[in-house]
Amino acid sequence: MSDWLQIMIGRISLDYLPSDPATIGAAIGMPLMVLGVVGALTYFKKWKWLWESWLTNLDAKKIGTMYIIVAILMLVRGGADAIMLRMQTAVAVGDAKGPFDADMFQQVVTAHGTLMIFFVAMGLVFGIINWVLPLMIGARDMAFPLLNSISFWLFAAGMVLNNFSLVFGGFSNGGWLGYPPLTELQYNPGPGVDYWIWSLQIAGVGSLMSGINFFVTIIKNRAPGMTFWKMPVFSWSVFVMSVLIMLAFPILTVTLTLLGLDRTMGMHFFTSDAGGNPMLYINLIWAWGHPEVYILVLPAFGIFSEVVATYSKKILFGYRTMVYALLAIMFLSFVVWQHHFFTMGAGANVNAFFGIMTMVIAIPTGVKIFNWLFTMYRGRIDFKAPMVWFLAFVFTFTIGGVTGVLMAVPALDFQVHNTMFLVAHFHNVIIGGVVFGLFAGITHWFPKIFGFKLYDKFGRWAATLWQIGFILAFIPLYILGLMGAVRRLDSYDDPSWQPFFIVSGIGVLVIATGVAAFLLQVGYSIWKRKELIDTTGDPWDGRTLEWSVPSPAPHYNFAVIPEVTERDEWWHRKQTGNTAYARKEYVDIWLPRNSAVGIYVAIAAGFMGFGIIWHIWWLVAIALLGLVVVVIKQTVNDDSEYQVTANELFHEDQKRSVV
Amino acid sequence: MSKVLNRSFEKYEKAEFGFWLYLMTDIILFASLFATYMILKNNVAGGETAAQLFDPKFALVETIILLLSSFTCGLAVLLLRFKNKAAGLAMLVATLLLGIAFISLELYEFTNLVNEGQSWQTSAFLSAFFTLVGTHGIHITIGIVWAVVMCVYLLKYGVTSNSLRKMTLFSLFWHFLDLVWIFIFTIVYLGAVL
Repeated sequence: MSDWLQIMIGRISLDYLPSDPATIGAAIGMPLMVLGVVGALTYFKKWKWLWESWLTNLDAKKIGTMYIIVAILMLVRGGADAIMLRMQTAVAVGDAKGPFDADMFQQVVTAHGTLMIFFVAMGLVFGIINWVLPLMIGARDMAFPLLNSISFWLFAAGMVLNNFSLVFGGFSNGGWLGYPPLTELQYNPGPGVDYWIWSLQIAGVGSLMSGINFFVTIIKNRAPGMTFWKMPVFSWSVFVMSVLIMLAFPILTVTLTLLGLDRTMGMHFFTSDAGGNPMLYINLIWAWGHPEVYILVLPAFGIFSEVVATYSKKILFGYRTMVYALLAIMFLSFVVWQHHFFTMGAGANVNAFFGIMTMVIAIPTGVKIFNWLFTMYRGRIDFKAPMVWFLAFVFTFTIGGVTGVLMAVPALDFQVHNTMFLVAHFHNVIIGGVVFGLFAGITHWFPKIFGFKLYDKFGRWAATLWQIGFILAFIPLYILGLMGAVRRLDSYDDPSWQPFFIVSGIGVLVIATGVAAFLLQVGYSIWKRKELIDTTGDPWDGRTLEWSVPSPAPHYNFAVIPEVTERDEWWHRKQTGNTAYARKEYVDIWLPRNSAVGIYVAIAAGFMGFGIIWHIWWLVAIALLGLVVVVIKQTVNDDSEYQVTANELFHEDQKRSVV
Repeated sequence: MSKVLNRSFEKYEKAEFGFWLYLMTDIILFASLFATYMILKNNVAGGETAAQLFDPKFALVETIILLLSSFTCGLAVLLLRFKNKAAGLAMLVATLLLGIAFISLELYEFTNLVNEGQSWQTSAFLSAFFTLVGTHGIHITIGIVWAVVMCVYLLKYGVTSNSLRKMTLFSLFWHFLDLVWIFIFTIVYLGAVL
């Protein structure tokens, strides 16, 4: 009987129900929230609308919006984790206990890191790219709209698995990169690490497919006349980023698979016995992990390149050097990974090579910072919220860059390796670089997607509060790191550390008000959308093609695909007064039909992951079979597009331009 | 008329280019597995080594079968391009059967090893071996399922621009697996005795 039960439910047991107050709260709160949303949708009879206009829609702009919504939700959850961490360290000195025990604290650390990188930063980056990339290069959509939707739904499935661990089973306590042997079965027999592996694996495969999709889009879907040297820098940054994704993400897939095989099949890749080699894991994961940092930050660089030129009313300074800098970073990002473990015994010569390569990366990055500043020089700068985010970025990111070069010196790294100094450094570059960049981007392109602007004042508040909170939260961590505080520390003995931890805790709360200000900005703007409406399609006097179409951009993006002659094509057209099309320029077009394949694939992948985590093998088999059936059905489906005639396009365009 | 042709050509071109890129990412995946194998090759944990376990002659038979299947696969695409449906299908079925023969031999080898007590749980070296060769085997299995789907599709819809596009992608995939196998043969099986 118990054998039979074990086959049915694997290793699920009541022991895995949450036991401490914080997780019980989350375990009750999250299902209630989901039930609330489901109830509201049913009550207002919105299911059909949601299914047709959003969930199965292949319009890249809608997929982008879904990415951003998920990412903002996860930002709130990951932010709550950050608050919990800093509340603990503000009080847990000497014999005083914080709210969490050591294991729970490590779970929160891991969840915070994993969520913020994979489901916040990646989600926001992919969201913005989906919003803007096709519009910017004069394309109707991504090269593979269905693949794009599958990528999003895999991302969503990974996110659901990740959050489900909170309700049932607990999360990994092995840190955001899950170093073995700690994450091996021997030391971590529970389902936590498996949740971590499979949520990242599923989302990671989605990211890999996105990388291919973006790359083909840029190569094949550019408007006629748009040569590479006429492509906006944001598109260049996505180009470079997708190369990095294609080269780096397969390594992540392999690494996670090998760790999963160790845990599930009893293999010995990274175990401490039977010839396993944990250092191999650390090399593999960073061979992916370092390029990943640039995968996140390069699109943010691209966003700033557009934002600074637009709000300074000047052509971007040093366009070609911007592009060369991106390409240099693309190359260099693959030859620096070992700087993440200088202390782990590679020897002086290897350390010296990777240290020097790391310092070299500062050069192209510096080129970009100076180019943005020179773009501002003698420009007519309009200090809207995106520019405030930019200024916060320059300040924060530069500090992060400088401390990065410090740590690139192996001798110095031995002092600060795995201390709070490191924690402060990478928050400096990731919050200062990626998060600020993405907020600037959201604010900048919001009217193009929704047809109304975000209320600017609250945006400036949000940027200012984030900036102040950031300084309070992370400058103390630099000092603590130099005093010897290691990262992932749940309690400490030295009372002289406490004031710094308290200041840092206050800083996190200030950042939380920054997030609240952003949410307020969105909410207030939706409420006042009539006053903030954008009738021109070009609210910021923009430079690139996305501002040449009405706001919100139609689902086919361009009624007529523009012929490009200049780098800042739309700016050029405005100067020459050439902004409308004649009737004969309209042609019939084909658009992708709605498809639920992405949802089915993600459901199958999610159940497969769940089955492996809990050793429910029949579920894995059914999920795999479902996956095969869905893929085969899609392969033989040749009817995936519908036609819009030139006449319809012309009339719709006329209507829009009257408004 | 020309617009319709352009649309189908554009789709074809994009799909093929995207598929090439996917194959490139798969190369990175296999490269990581090869690197893992090379690093763990001597970590036999007191067990038997590659030289004691592997028989290059057996692997040579597998290699010949797979190379032959690549040849028939190429013929299938060519014949279909010449609108010779029957001969093309025959070659596709030959590819399929050779693929099944290959995977059966591989399973036979795996079963033998496990029965001798040399499973993936024995040592890091064997973990790496089973994972590298097994990943290739899983790819081959996917290829076999794909070939079956292609046979049914061709029977149902005949030789169209859509079926030619699908065949081209399938043959790219199949030749790619052949290429990966050459590396496996060289590094794993020949590397064991040289």
